[in-house]
Amino acid sequence: MALETVKKAIPLSTNHAIANAVKDLDVDVISAYPITPQTTVVEKISEFIAKGELDAEYIHVESEHSALSAAISASLTGARAFTATASQGFALMHEMLHIASGLRAPLVMSVAMRSLSAPISIWNDQSDLFNARDSGWIILFAHTAQEAYDTIIQAYKIAEDQNVLLPVMVGYDGYVMSHTIEPVITESREKVIKFAPKKQYPYKLDPDKPVSIGAITPPEYYYEFKYQQVNAVNNSLPTIEKVDEEFGKTFGRSYGLMECYMCEDAEALIMTNASYASTLKAFLPDIRKEGIKVGLLRVRLYRPFPLQKFIEYTSDKKTILVIDRAISYGAPFQGPLANEISGAIVREGLKLNLISVVAGIGQRTVEYEDFLALARLAYEGKKHKETIFYGVRE
Amino acid sequence: MEKLVSFKDMAPGGIVVNPGNSLEYKTGDWKVLIPVINQETCTRCRICWYVCPDNAILELDKEYTTKKNRKYKVSYDVSSDFCKGCGMCAQECPVKAIEMVPVEVA
Amino acid sequence: MNTLEIRWHGRGGQGAVTAGEVLASAAIIEGKYALAFPEFGAERRGAPVRAYTRVTNNPNIPRTPIEKPDVVVILDKSLLKHEYIEGLKPGGYFIANTPLKPDELIKKLNLPNSFNVSTVDATSIALKWLKANIVNTAILGAVIRTTNLLKIETIINVIKSRFPGKIGEANAMAVQEAFENTIVMKLQEAI
Repeated sequence: MALETVKKAIPLSTNHAIANAVKDLDVDVISAYPITPQTTVVEKISEFIAKGELDAEYIHVESEHSALSAAISASLTGARAFTATASQGFALMHEMLHIASGLRAPLVMSVAMRSLSAPISIWNDQSDLFNARDSGWIILFAHTAQEAYDTIIQAYKIAEDQNVLLPVMVGYDGYVMSHTIEPVITESREKVIKFAPKKQYPYKLDPDKPVSIGAITPPEYYYEFKYQQVNAVNNSLPTIEKVDEEFGKTFGRSYGLMECYMCEDAEALIMTNASYASTLKAFLPDIRKEGIKVGLLRVRLYRPFPLQKFIEYTSDKKTILVIDRAISYGAPFQGPLANEISGAIVREGLKLNLISVVAGIGQRTVEYEDFLALARLAYEGKKHKETIFYGVRE
Repeated sequence: MEKLVSFKDMAPGGIVVNPGNSLEYKTGDWKVLIPVINQETCTRCRICWYVCPDNAILELDKEYTTKKNRKYKVSYDVSSDFCKGCGMCAQECPVKAIEMVPVEVA
Repeated sequence: MNTLEIRWHGRGGQGAVTAGEVLASAAIIEGKYALAFPEFGAERRGAPVRAYTRVTNNPNIPRTPIEKPDVVVILDKSLLKHEYIEGLKPGGYFIANTPLKPDELIKKLNLPNSFNVSTVDATSIALKWLKANIVNTAILGAVIRTTNLLKIETIINVIKSRFPGKIGEANAMAVQEAFENTIVMKLQEAI
């Protein structure tokens, strides 16, 4: 739960909030290629550099594939590296995603979630990010510009932790967050660096202590390297939780791994992330007035999935309605989050009725009446075997 | 408002089965100025046609004879459906044959 | 809980989006919660553009488009049509850039007697101070005069920090003149 502070907020879009975080973290290398709706992140960063407010190397690369390649290489020399992307750009850097996590590069990337072609769409949904579900990155979602600012700061502390050493991506919704101005409290660089001091990659590329990075491995060893990654991802969870708690103690704001909003007396939950979560928080009081006792379970940490928190928050609930903003074509549940939750339910033997909903594809508008209808579905708690493609014109 | 169709009535993959339909989507309804081409001064160099960002300069197979008895096979006109009044044609015309005038006057 | 929902209508390039952002920024500086975002469509100069601003004292603000605004602001005279006023709540505020006075506008558009109407000739003010038909700063003066939502000084400060130097000064003059010259016609109280 966000704590109250007495600091003054300034108006920033999520994109500019992230740019400010990168500045306050004294990031060393930014390599990026523009793409809607991310472009103003790196535009702002380049402005900071031009004005002398950030001493960093800005590499204009020719594609997102190069952007991530450059960021990986930079982070492996011990520099604090950053890149930002969305949609097709994110898809273009796909092979480098796995290389970043495979090489254990401690870099941070922001993803302004946008739908994937074809057909071409510049509008917001989460098909780009969920495509990278199994890339081995730590994945967090922000639901406000403030959380995006705070989470980028936390991300470096997590990534550079010597027991983690994994790349971290922070996802947020394009347009409805990236280009939307809202109140953000920013912190001083001194405080931010004190909270997240630069910790260097322990096997960094250094001519005085040479190492070789990027080897080929035969079947006798590949599996073990991947198992190292398995452990790194799973073991990062307590670190992620601790970093968020420390952030709370230092700056007065913390979010937890998962957020349960108006959950205590709820009989059913709606699970969603990012902008839908922040909108639902605004609508829930009115939804409750209709006698629909639902709460919101907001996904913040996605990989590694905070299973214990999920069990805790759903222990006395009958139904969970999962709203996915991406499609998992042909899967038993055709939304990635829903598939996740069904796995959790089976693994833990949970008595939970799962309703899978896909909505807001290509930024198809979902308004108060729609959230009310979905809340009602969750509250009625009927069984729905098939994924509900909410809002599609049949 | 156009009626939005069901997914069953749409060509798969967003493929446009009737290309060239941008002619049905008129974009010139908000212009303040519109070009007027002086057929007498115009030398038929086609620079306006070339620079117009909306393909709004029309080359018509309409003969024209100048006062000095120069014969042209074509004349030029402006499509008000698509011209947005940007004035590039008037700017680039090498003989200043194009004048931008308020839409109400034209 | 007080939430004010404002919908702006302009044409691409006129600054409707910026107007919404300046208003939200000013609200945030005055300690309120606010959200400003445009309707994200194909961006083309001249295309009708919508922008939204929500100002509230609730930290949780929805990100859905504003369908039932409390305030409708129209920056371009070619958009003075009923379709752009649709959804304006009864008792709301309709603010238009026009040389007509409110009662003349009401008559011309055959507006229903359900909301307050304000007019300002933002185009003339903009041409005077900015030598260009960019009416967004002037219209902000009209919005403040009509709604008393924020202090005009805050708006001017945001504009000056966003547009430094002479441009900021000129815009500030436009805001001030519009603020002083907006004619507000309140709803007649039914007897």
